[in-house]
Amino acid sequence: MSEFILELKNVSRYFGSVIALKDINMQIKLGEVHCLLGDNGAGKSTLIKTLAGVHEPSEGEFLMNAEPTAFSSPRDALDAGIATVYQDLALVNLMSVTRNFFMGREITKKWGPFSVFDTEKANEIARAGLAEMGIDVRDPEHPIGTMSGGERQCLAIARAIHFGAKVLILDEPTAALGVKQSANVLKVVARARARGLAVILITHNVHHAYPVADRFTLLNRGKSLGTWLKSDVSREEILEMMAGGQELENLEAELAEFARLDESA
Amino acid sequence: MSTSIKTNDAIALSSADERVRSESIVKKLLTRPELGSVSGAVLVFIFFAIVAGDSGMFNADGILNWSTVSAQLGILAIGACLLMISGEFDLSIGSMIGFAGMMMSIPALYWGWPVWLSICFAFTGALMIGYLNGLIVVRTGLPSFIVSLAFLFILRGLTIALSIMFTNKTIVSGVSEAAEGDLLAAAFGGQIGTSFFSWLAQVGWIETYNDGSPIVTGIPMVIVWFILLAVGASFVLLRTRYGNWIFASGGDAKAAKNVGVPTDKVKISLFMFTAFCATVFAACQVFEFGSAAADRGLLKEFEAIIAVVIGGALLTGGYGSVVGACFGALIFGVVQMGIFFTGADSDWFRVFLGIMLLVAVLFNNFIRQRVTGTR
Repeated sequence: MSEFILELKNVSRYFGSVIALKDINMQIKLGEVHCLLGDNGAGKSTLIKTLAGVHEPSEGEFLMNAEPTAFSSPRDALDAGIATVYQDLALVNLMSVTRNFFMGREITKKWGPFSVFDTEKANEIARAGLAEMGIDVRDPEHPIGTMSGGERQCLAIARAIHFGAKVLILDEPTAALGVKQSANVLKVVARARARGLAVILITHNVHHAYPVADRFTLLNRGKSLGTWLKSDVSREEILEMMAGGQELENLEAELAEFARLDESA
Repeated sequence: MSTSIKTNDAIALSSADERVRSESIVKKLLTRPELGSVSGAVLVFIFFAIVAGDSGMFNADGILNWSTVSAQLGILAIGACLLMISGEFDLSIGSMIGFAGMMMSIPALYWGWPVWLSICFAFTGALMIGYLNGLIVVRTGLPSFIVSLAFLFILRGLTIALSIMFTNKTIVSGVSEAAEGDLLAAAFGGQIGTSFFSWLAQVGWIETYNDGSPIVTGIPMVIVWFILLAVGASFVLLRTRYGNWIFASGGDAKAAKNVGVPTDKVKISLFMFTAFCATVFAACQVFEFGSAAADRGLLKEFEAIIAVVIGGALLTGGYGSVVGACFGALIFGVVQMGIFFTGADSDWFRVFLGIMLLVAVLFNNFIRQRVTGTR
């Protein structure tokens, strides 16, 4: 048993002549929230798709439990316990909480010669799974269309956890959410960690990531700038590295220029 | 740790309670897809009971009359309903009725096949066409509206061209004589409960002709098929894993695919089921009337879709009910026959149908907004 459940060693990924990822090193530990930060186009999507089995690495080693692993499909990765919650959440608004929770993995029971969808048990499990994440569902047969974005995000996470995820990849879970809902989702992330899961949190919002993350990996233009433990780095330092200190300084200078012009006007 | 989680839960609980408005039973009922068509059916019955109560519409033969018409359309609507919930359409079911009728009549009458074999041939052919229809829709990603519209013309044209080629006629009659004693033919064109109905006549509970034979001799198999298909399809939709896949495929095919639902297989199989339903309809008609005609089933695809929409299904998929579609078909049959019984001009039926469709779609839109929480 290795210390890390997932390990990337010098992983690169090319699309034709485009270098999407170059020499990425990353270690994912159970019971930790690993935050993947980077601006648009930094290679975050390619990296999570590599972890999720959508892309195979062009070069480098992909280790799971210290063994070299290659997933040929997202299904393979899922079976190995790597679940990804994408931004579209893979939920159907017109369907009920329970039907969404078990979509594609319905539990059945025998009813005479037929095998039927065990709705009572499914309702119970869905309700319990969500309650564990701190969400109270009044009626699990109610369509999820009326739920808030944060609740839907939590439903998708609870579903992944229930179906045996060991590594949970969350793609920008707070991107479209308000402050309170983001806080709820981050609470769910913390609970997942408390249950011993490894969580990979992709975001470009340091303020959301910093309170909940244990480790940070920064990506910039397909390369990793490095990985830091939370104790080694401050929020401001991360922000500066992410934006590229130079660019932020330029921006500040420009804003100062505007302010000066306004005053003189 | 555990206590802190518990208090968090308590907070979540109380906040959920304050945030979710309690809904009255009426409002809860409103989110049921069947509501519109069931209440519509009740209204229609009340209306005709008042207007046409003494015209014989609710005598034994009157009831048989409108329930047969409803059952015929209902069989088509059940197939169209499941398909529509899965997010697709089939405009070719009307043409399929004509084509399937010829597929079972021509081999039996002109090629010397046993009737049961011709019926099997027709079902196999229809399922294959349904498969092809579905395969093209799924593989090309074209709207099923266009693909099945093409099949509407292809099948109707083939029906006329092939029946002229093989028989020189567009109406093939004499099937009844050929089907004499054939059990499979009787499963579509026969009746059940004949002894029960003659007993009812003897006791005097239903009217009789002058020679003492009952005015209604039995329940036609088309009604039996309708009930069997309705119960079966509703069960599959609501209580099985496959049923969940139907909802998922229509609700959001991409999301469904991402969690491992084989949406392509679901859709193709439902195109096949729709073709199957059209063939059941055709078989019931052919063996009841003893003839097949190339123009059978004209416009039936639209009637079926109307019944399904009145039944509360959304044209965009993901939402609907087999029970609703059956009541939609019932409204259809009762109004069609009711207008006949009241002696009103049957043109009014179409006016009514159009208005009914419009009201149903508006109502469904309102329901969808409630369910998805969008405005």
